[in-house]
Amino acid sequence: MMEDNVIIKLQNISKKFEDDVILDNINLSIKDKEFMTFLGPSGCGKTTTLRIIAGFLESDSGQVLFEGKDINNLPPHKRQVNTIFQRYALFPHLNVYDNIAFGLRIKKMKEKDISKKVHEMLELVNLKGFQKRNIASLSGGQQQRVAIARALAVEPRVLLLDEPLGALDLKLRKDMQVELKNIQKRMGITFIYVTHDQQEALSMSDTIVVMNDGKIQQIGTPIDIYNEPKNAFVADFIGESNILDGVMLNDFKAKFSGAVFQCLDKGFAVNESVDIVVRPEDVDVVPVEEGTISGVITSNTFKGVHFEMIVDIDNFKWMIETTDYYPVGTRIGIQIEPDAIHVMKKSEYSGMYGDYSSFSDEIEHLSDITEEEE
Amino acid sequence: MAKKSLSKKLIASPYLVWAGIFIIVPLVIVVYYSFFDANGNFTLEYVSEMGKYKDVMLNSIWLGFIATVISLVLAYPLAYIMARSTANVQRTMMMLVMLPMWMNLLIRTYSMMILMQDTGIINSFLERIGLDSVHMINTQGAVVLGMVYNYIPYMILPLYSIMAKMDHNLIEAAEDLGANKVTVFKNIILPLSLPGIASGFTMVFVPSVSTFYISKKLGGNTFSLIGDVIEMQFKSANNYNLGASLSLVLMVLIIICMMVMNRFTGEDDDGGVLI
Repeated sequence: MMEDNVIIKLQNISKKFEDDVILDNINLSIKDKEFMTFLGPSGCGKTTTLRIIAGFLESDSGQVLFEGKDINNLPPHKRQVNTIFQRYALFPHLNVYDNIAFGLRIKKMKEKDISKKVHEMLELVNLKGFQKRNIASLSGGQQQRVAIARALAVEPRVLLLDEPLGALDLKLRKDMQVELKNIQKRMGITFIYVTHDQQEALSMSDTIVVMNDGKIQQIGTPIDIYNEPKNAFVADFIGESNILDGVMLNDFKAKFSGAVFQCLDKGFAVNESVDIVVRPEDVDVVPVEEGTISGVITSNTFKGVHFEMIVDIDNFKWMIETTDYYPVGTRIGIQIEPDAIHVMKKSEYSGMYGDYSSFSDEIEHLSDITEEEE
Repeated sequence: MAKKSLSKKLIASPYLVWAGIFIIVPLVIVVYYSFFDANGNFTLEYVSEMGKYKDVMLNSIWLGFIATVISLVLAYPLAYIMARSTANVQRTMMMLVMLPMWMNLLIRTYSMMILMQDTGIINSFLERIGLDSVHMINTQGAVVLGMVYNYIPYMILPLYSIMAKMDHNLIEAAEDLGANKVTVFKNIILPLSLPGIASGFTMVFVPSVSTFYISKKLGGNTFSLIGDVIEMQFKSANNYNLGASLSLVLMVLIIICMMVMNRFTGEDDDGGVLI
């Protein structure tokens, strides 16, 4: 029955709220001790999936298996999973010690053992000496640590984290990412992490599950997801990408932007319509006469490490990153190496993302802030 | 800074004037009448007369306490259900709770009389369906019922407001950590709603203890509460000094009761506590 190493298995999970389909036939195997991230925009169903695993929500159909056993009807307090809530959900009437001891007292542990465990946990999250502190007197980062200590104290097999770093500022968030990853390794338990922040997902996860519209779009390692996106949605959501309409002339030969390029993809039908992904950092800028194609720079923004240019090639605005400066209005030649071209089958998302003509950092930034599920 | 506090004072001044004339001055008059006789000499005579009314006083506090506890027991689950309902249901339930408060206390009490009389609506109904009628009016039970009926919205509202504010994630977090429903209630919901309990307790207990109208209409002349005694001193016995001293002692007793209550519920919690 049980597959190798699989701790949680979701089988045909579907969920509707009234008439909205939130989850549409989710199938997923989560391995023991892995750091898995559910990544997707708000409303994609990632938090709902997490809550179904935790037991706060019941799916309309399908099963949740824990080590091969159906736990659909098991209430949250009997599941070996614990949750870190988005807003920590620390008990405001209890101090740090009593918050962390909460689950242990329910287990009827001896006060001596509880005290030992609480101190161990406080040390784990770098909050030694905080046990008497009031919850309200802690900073956001400290509250987050207490929440982690409280959840880990009861020794769950799986820790569920629902956008746990969403409320922290950037610097603290980066530190906590490293720390969470370390804690996961040290404790040797499974983390299931929900986020809409692709950077976070890429840097922390063993496996990323990209979700949208209640469906799993792609499952893979961060490198797979970035380099081999399965469809236009994944390519657009993870990192920056130029997504172009193209035709596979033959194996290893793709035509787009009015030119034919060598690529490493094969197995498509002759002259099949496809989506082509080229990452901005994979484009080589060359003199016009040496380029396979050429275009005019319409904007250029200095980003520190590189320049971010928007280049009009055949009326399609590309994003291209270079370390050399070219003034706006210059015509440049473009070359793309075969391994920088990624070919995807057409999907329901084809043509939805367009080019970079309306791109603005500000809008990108705003959408990041407002993305918050439910 | 100084300017700001001045404008603040100005904004508060209408109420300060109001409070001065209708709260502070009367309180001073009550204290004066309690300790000074008609000739303006200091005396403890009136306060020491208290002994005679000890039983009435204790009975009033006891009935007020029972009414408050009944209100709490009825209101707590209702407030909980309200706070967990959808917005529409919450609005409707809130309307139903507030509706009786739109009517005058006297009218509400009269309607209770009509319901509970020996030949009233309840008894007619009981006889109609072949049961014996029950004597309700002019009993202590009727008075307690009247207090509960009149003051229960003041219990529901603070409880509801504190429970609506309660973060549902806290309940889920507790369940997540292994707590069953009973533990969640005992360790999370109850302690977090204590400020609401304290506030509702105050708002029901204080008017219940000092009521005179409810006891007069629903209790008849079979017994009196301290409110009735005080009213009598002013209106028929014309003994303002005794009335004032009884009021003073009652106020002190209520303050002591509230202090005990607040100690019991933990006075440091945020929000909800009115007194």
